[in-house]
Amino acid sequence: MATTTAPQLKAKDFKGKVDPDWCPGCGDFGLLNSVQKALAELGRQPHEVMCISGIGCSSNFPGYLSTYGMHTLHGRSLAVATGVKFANNELTVLVTGGDGDGYGIGGNHFAHTARRNVDLTYLVMNNQIYGLTTGQQSPASRTGMKTKSTPFGNLERPVNPVTTAIMNGATFVARGFSGHGKHLVSIVKQAIEHKGFSLVDVFSPCVTFNHDNTYDFFRERIEKLEEVEHDTSDWKGACEKAMHWDDKIYTGVYFQDKDTPALNEQEPVVEHGPRALAEPALTSEQGDRILKRMM
Amino acid sequence: MSNGYDFAFAIGGAAGQGIATPGNILARIFVRRGLHLHAYNAYQSIIRGGHIFLTIRVKPERVDSHGDDLNLILCLNQDTMDRHARHVTPGGAVIFNSDSITPAEVQEGVQLCGLPIKDLTEDNRNKLVQNTVALGVMLNLLGVEFGVLESALGDQFKRKGQDVVDENVKMAKAGYDYAKEQFKDFGEPLPEGDKPLAVWTGNDALAMGGAAAGVKFYTAYPMSPSTGVLHWMAKNARELDIMVRQIEDEIGVANVAIGAAQTGARSMCATSGGGFALMTEAFGSAAMMEIPVVFINVQRAGPSTGVPTKTEQGDLWQALGASQGDFERIIVAPKDALDAFNTVVEVFNLTDHYQCPSLVLTDLLISEGTFSVEPDAINMQPEIDRGELITEPGDGTDYKRYLITESGISPRAIPGLPGYAHVAPTDEHDEDSVLISDEYTNPHKRRNMVEKRARKLKTFHDKVAAPAIEGPADAEVTLVGWGSTEGVIRDARELLAESGIKANQLAVKWLVPFHADAITEILSKAKKVLIVENNYSGQFYRYLRSETGISVDGHIRKYDGEPFQPHHVADGVMDQLGDKKVTRDGVFVPFQEIMV
Ligand SMILES: Cc1ncc(C[n+]2csc(CCOP(=O)(O)OP(=O)(O)O)c2C)c(N)n1
Ligand code: SF4
Ligand SMILES: [Mg+2]
Repeated sequence: MATTTAPQLKAKDFKGKVDPDWCPGCGDFGLLNSVQKALAELGRQPHEVMCISGIGCSSNFPGYLSTYGMHTLHGRSLAVATGVKFANNELTVLVTGGDGDGYGIGGNHFAHTARRNVDLTYLVMNNQIYGLTTGQQSPASRTGMKTKSTPFGNLERPVNPVTTAIMNGATFVARGFSGHGKHLVSIVKQAIEHKGFSLVDVFSPCVTFNHDNTYDFFRERIEKLEEVEHDTSDWKGACEKAMHWDDKIYTGVYFQDKDTPALNEQEPVVEHGPRALAEPALTSEQGDRILKRMM
Repeated sequence: MSNGYDFAFAIGGAAGQGIATPGNILARIFVRRGLHLHAYNAYQSIIRGGHIFLTIRVKPERVDSHGDDLNLILCLNQDTMDRHARHVTPGGAVIFNSDSITPAEVQEGVQLCGLPIKDLTEDNRNKLVQNTVALGVMLNLLGVEFGVLESALGDQFKRKGQDVVDENVKMAKAGYDYAKEQFKDFGEPLPEGDKPLAVWTGNDALAMGGAAAGVKFYTAYPMSPSTGVLHWMAKNARELDIMVRQIEDEIGVANVAIGAAQTGARSMCATSGGGFALMTEAFGSAAMMEIPVVFINVQRAGPSTGVPTKTEQGDLWQALGASQGDFERIIVAPKDALDAFNTVVEVFNLTDHYQCPSLVLTDLLISEGTFSVEPDAINMQPEIDRGELITEPGDGTDYKRYLITESGISPRAIPGLPGYAHVAPTDEHDEDSVLISDEYTNPHKRRNMVEKRARKLKTFHDKVAAPAIEGPADAEVTLVGWGSTEGVIRDARELLAESGIKANQLAVKWLVPFHADAITEILSKAKKVLIVENNYSGQFYRYLRSETGISVDGHIRKYDGEPFQPHHVADGVMDQLGDKKVTRDGVFVPFQEIMV
């Protein structure tokens, strides 16, 4: 669908109709800026992109872009996006949302969309808390963390999105930090260009409800994978690095499998163009063949 | 029942005994001969064992139900003999393997046809060949020339090789010849119709309706009795260029379908009540985002996991109340397989026109039932109307996806089209998709959007005809049913006519929006109104009353998992018109004689 005569757009051309209503300082601004930049740098046009979210502060994301979008139910963005991509694989599909949306209520779709290797880019604004519902434990909340639903400290252990995604078969797994904009732009671009399911788990501090995992918390710990010895084709090494938390936390591309084809490309019916744009009526030969077979 | 040829036979045995194959062969022989049929298979949710009882009723004209009579049964095990031999009507026959099955008591004039299978099959170790022997016997009794069976066996087994075909033909011939010597045939040979017919199940019809309507995206999670739709779609997908996906659960299925629909593909999913329960939040989201998607709920006996292989009309209120909030939807209950096909086609046009979710509510009786059909009646190239779609690129200014219009319908642009980028939100939003809670919860905008969406369906009754009375205008009783009971009520009216009772019927199919005025007018003219439905609490009656205020004269309800047979309905009518011995609190509950 790339239009040859289309103008090269700037990040600001990807700004939506309204300004974000996030709290000043919210980490989600960082990802929004990075995505707008990444789309401009990749030469995309707004109509070629569809951004799909669930529900949460972070899930308001599609409304702040000038692209096509859907703001679906809490936890269902990956399922809806699967339908979108299979119906029209010419669209660049971004999925945005929170840790609760993706790793909690949407956990089943997370596992299966990764396993299927649907070609989409999943950007999770992980603030280790439920922001929109005013600060309860999320599946990414650390053990011991005090939230409104764990006033005496969280007894549960948090999900590890990186190892979970790798184990579920994701073919691109990365981590970013919304305080490191440039790095994030580069990660997002690689994720979009990756053919297959890509997860970018983005540390996106909730300045209002999470006073543990702050910008400083991450700044003190983050080390970029590009700056250490790391082989992105080694899933075991990636998982080992993903286990760090208290001492240091790695951001960057953990794992990439460039060989496994995206599921939506393997389905023979897409060879005849996107199903969404196909002439709906069956041909008379198709209809006749079906009827003949009934006899 | 009707005056002409009307013959019902059954095959009973355990799962794994190969009932399907002789059933398919017989069905094919009948429809090739131009005879109509309806088959009902009573079974359980197990792969081996249990009790399966396949009933096939054959007539030269349309068959409306599996009927009341059994003229011939093939018992593949003792259990079938013990349960059903006594149901065979006088003049009928019972076929069984006399080496292993002891005959049970039968009605007078019923022929017991024991087969010395070991001798006839020359000790063949393949147990399934005895079914082929029995087929030979059956066709001889039916007065069909052997060549017909020979060619049907050839078709059935040719994929397995000539040896298998030859063996089966030999076995069938042994049975055929044995019957000729030993048994009395039915006298009246199997008639022939004008031209060959086809057979399909209701699930085939739903899937084919989708394909004809231009479904380009089908998704499901397996659940009886809806799985046949998935099977048909999966098998034919590549040939018809349909994207078919099995998804991790029904929540996912509904949302995947919605994503594909928003992207522009006609999109459909099917499930049963439990799966539909999981889909309901998404069903409502399609209403909020104004995305046209067709859902199918094939009802089975509930609640909960319920009785997976038994029929019921118990999900009406689930459908009426599916999803939170107050919103517009279309709900339709087709009446048989051909109607299911046509309904899917029609409902897609309505769904696209009104940009709302729709639900096709069928049940096991239709979906897993086998029906004959005239191939000419199946229009694989129906008119497709996608509603107000924008297809030409725009200049990128001022598109409002949820534009407030007089009709309530806002022109829809498909993602990928330059100049029309927009967001479809599940939050309440204004005309240009901005969430109304993003400014302050503007009550005027909220009211306008609620009214805009509601306005859309105001023209529904101009497009969809109200139901009409079938049968004599001066009937002393009007039988009201919905969905799959149309056929059995028709058969029951014939029985009643034989007893001198004039009955007519009103079969309701479009449930939401409801033709309240038309139905009120029809029923207010009726002398007596009885409602027939396949559930305990009278779900349709309660809905009818809430929409029209009408009260009725009585009810015939069945909720044991088995479908109505004509006499069940007729008995109910006679009881309610007469001494009301069996009717309690206005409700007649027929007794199910055949235990399956
Ligand atoms: C089915 C359903 N359950 C619960 C909610 C309420 N809810 C809205 S957002 C949310 C959690 C959001 O957390 P997260 O996904 O981490 O996003 P954040 O706000 O932190 O960005 C919840 C529980 C809902 N909208 N729908
Ligand atoms: S509550 Fe937290 S996550 Fe939500 S907008 Fe405010 S800072 Fe961001
Ligand atoms: Mg969160």
